[in-house]
Amino acid sequence: MKKLSARRRHPLAALVVLLLALACTGGLYAAFAPAEKAQADDTAQSLAIDEGKKLYTVGCASCHGTGGQGGSDGPSLVGVGAAAVDFQVSTGRMPAATSQGAQVPKKKNIYTRAQIDQLAAYIASLGAGPAVPTKEQYGPEGADIAKGGELFRTNCAQCHNFTGKGGALTKGKFAPSLTDVEPKHIYEAMQTGPQNMPSFPDTTLSEQNKKDIIAYLNAVNGDETENPGGLELGGLGPVSEGLFGWIFGLGTLIAVAVWVAARTAKAKKS
Amino acid sequence: MSSQDIPEENLPAQQGHAHGAVDVADEKNPFADPGLPPHEHRIQDIDEEAAKRSERTVALLFTVSMLATIGFIVSYVAVPHDRSIYVFPIGHVSALNFALGVTLGLALFCIGAGAVHWARTLMSDVEVADERHPIEASPELRAKVHEDFRQGAKESALGRRKLIRNTMLGALTLVPLSGVMLLRDLGPLPGTSLRHTMWSKGKLLVNMNTNEPLRPEDVAVGSLTFAKPEGLEEHDEDFQKEIAKAALMIVRLQPENIKDKRELEWSHEGIVAYSKICTHVGCPISLYEQQTHHVLCPCHQSTFDLSDGARVIFGPAGHALPQLRIGVNDEGYLEALGDFEEPVGPAFWERG
Repeated sequence: MKKLSARRRHPLAALVVLLLALACTGGLYAAFAPAEKAQADDTAQSLAIDEGKKLYTVGCASCHGTGGQGGSDGPSLVGVGAAAVDFQVSTGRMPAATSQGAQVPKKKNIYTRAQIDQLAAYIASLGAGPAVPTKEQYGPEGADIAKGGELFRTNCAQCHNFTGKGGALTKGKFAPSLTDVEPKHIYEAMQTGPQNMPSFPDTTLSEQNKKDIIAYLNAVNGDETENPGGLELGGLGPVSEGLFGWIFGLGTLIAVAVWVAARTAKAKKS
Repeated sequence: MSSQDIPEENLPAQQGHAHGAVDVADEKNPFADPGLPPHEHRIQDIDEEAAKRSERTVALLFTVSMLATIGFIVSYVAVPHDRSIYVFPIGHVSALNFALGVTLGLALFCIGAGAVHWARTLMSDVEVADERHPIEASPELRAKVHEDFRQGAKESALGRRKLIRNTMLGALTLVPLSGVMLLRDLGPLPGTSLRHTMWSKGKLLVNMNTNEPLRPEDVAVGSLTFAKPEGLEEHDEDFQKEIAKAALMIVRLQPENIKDKRELEWSHEGIVAYSKICTHVGCPISLYEQQTHHVLCPCHQSTFDLSDGARVIFGPAGHALPQLRIGVNDEGYLEALGDFEEPVGPAFWERG
């Protein structure tokens, strides 16, 4: 110690201390670098939550409360999960124009993908809930279309019609048509039960079941679905289509018969 | 061609008055019979050229019909059944269906149109008056029929040979009974089967989707699940018969939202199990709105409030949906604590 102390005024002492300090810093950095990277991820996550909170305060808080606790105009969002946010905001249902009326309709989405993710991150931070599904979960690979049809008729067809054309409910509410709805949104709707739709959580309708249902809808309602009958008249079923045939088909025949009989064949028109 | 172009000599002499008038107005009959209006001629009656044209039109229509029928046969043979084509404004249709429909439709339409055109332009259109005659038979004829009938009755000796008459009446009376007996084939009487379902104490509630018994933690608030009784499989012979009565709709409410005291007692931690069969005419009813807790029947719009003992709040249903009393067994699965206490489904005469 004495030796060290004696040399502390040596001209090279400052250089030695500097080198030691640099080595120390480098070593520390090497030791803690992974941890710092993780910290950076956390920061990105908390940044998303912060950004989401800002968006939430502007777009959502007036109905759902400043902390997502809900109010007289909107339900609590604690525990609804990122899947619910992604569904409601991506399909334009939220933010709703008004809390009045039978139900909030689908409309144009006003948020960017990044903003929706930030909002979802914020809501997910309020309480555990279903996450946004991945493509493997709702994609067509490994799906059983026939089983999906069976499940759809058991669980969904009562409101959404046998081929997902939608239908009426009480007091102006309705089950929307499932044509042109993205598979991801169908998955999220089943999982979270938006508005008056009951939810079908994984505990009672497994992930595979949901995948099957989506594959069935794509088979009967997709872009490449063939409809050998042609004009489908809304696909509402044989009763409505038969009624259309009776009224308009027979009506046309009667009109033609009346027209034929009303035209005179005489040379001198009277 | 209009009537102005018709050569003068071809025109028939104009009839000055209506023909066929038989009455004139007098004191007894103040309204004279106007008779038929004067007959008007068609161009085809006057102008042989026009008649020829009509003939050619009719023949053309019939020929098109023949070609369309040949087209029908050709498309049946030639068009593959799995080809799809786009036709405005119908959309994508099966090419075969479309070809068969168009050709057969054209063939039938041309026969009809040809026949109508033929009748309207070429067949005689002269008005014909036909007198209406009384439909009563002459007195002589009626007297003869009566006489024949009396003679026949006398010769059959029905009045005298009472044994034959009575046995014949007996035979004719009894014969319809065989038809009545066949009505028994409509099946044995239902007995008490309308009052009971497969549910009984200790039967597990099996999820219709996964075929696994349900646990209370599987059923989330706001979710909708359908269940069948344990031991009932889809390939069972009596599956349809049993599920028609035993189908169950399971929802979970917040216990504080349940207004009906009995419903709360019969539930398990807010999980309630109700019959899925509408009490009006037995439609499967499961249009559940999770925010209002209302269930709507798609057939006649009967609406039930699941938070208030499934009482009818709208529509023609006469009874609340029957509730199944449920609990949890030792292994943590949901189980029935007995059968429904009242008959499920629509009311029947003896239901009381």
